[in-house]
Amino acid sequence: MDARNFTFMFYGFLAAWLIVLLYVISLARRGARLNRELEQVKQLIGADRASEPARLEDRSR
Amino acid sequence: MRDKFVVALAVAAGVLLAFNLYRIFLVLPDEALQGAIYRIIFFHVPAAITGMIGYFAALLLSLAYLSFGNFRYDSLAASVVEVSVVFSVVNIVTGSIWARVIWGIWWTWDYRLTSALVCVLIFSGYLMLRRAIDEPTQRARLSAALCVFGCIDVVIVWKSIEWFRTQHPGPVLSIRTGGGRIDPAMEQMLYLNFAAILMIAIALVLIRTRQEATAREIDSLRRIANAA
Repeated sequence: MDARNFTFMFYGFLAAWLIVLLYVISLARRGARLNRELEQVKQLIGADRASEPARLEDRSR
Repeated sequence: MRDKFVVALAVAAGVLLAFNLYRIFLVLPDEALQGAIYRIIFFHVPAAITGMIGYFAALLLSLAYLSFGNFRYDSLAASVVEVSVVFSVVNIVTGSIWARVIWGIWWTWDYRLTSALVCVLIFSGYLMLRRAIDEPTQRARLSAALCVFGCIDVVIVWKSIEWFRTQHPGPVLSIRTGGGRIDPAMEQMLYLNFAAILMIAIALVLIRTRQEATAREIDSLRRIANAA
């Protein structure tokens, strides 16, 4: 009983920390993906704004 | 400033946890009837209380969103629900492992266990609903409504061990029973570990809320880009 008791106690603690750890990993990955997306969108808007004067010049010609 | 606070909170939680683990394994004796396995209570119960406090906070935030229409309340509610679901899963899994030794079964359809499982399913549905709706106002309104109704189950989970006497033990904490159901040293340890787990939960909510703010920023920049 005692050895089994200790084994299951270990499983319980392991399971608790494993679930929290998996969530922290998923949170970190999601954070990295969001930061990448934000940079991409900012670059896209920056590129659009940079090309706007050129477009206006084209129209004036 | 906020980053420093999250780091400080995580470090404080880590120090408190290390102290708690030392006391749980090396200072507190085995329980007379259950032996060593009872130590699961120091994670099982605090995880449950953390989850329930989270759902209650999400209820208040959802009501605040429905009243004022501020998206910050919606983001915060979503973050709190996500972290609460994680701790509710910890509660159910550790409870199941404990039950295997003490009851001889992994699971039974007892009122407390079933209502706790339903609670996880409802709030998992809440998180899935948010992924399924793109329009921010509709997403916030529907998820707030689901959160309000979902919290009815949280009350059932909380009170089920008083209303129905089935497999799950009745309340043991002295704040609910007036004392005498648990050794004071064990109860004190339980509260200390609850404090550590709550600090971890708050740190996770702050990180998740920041991600929600980033997602909102991406969304608004995309709208600007599409409108231009």
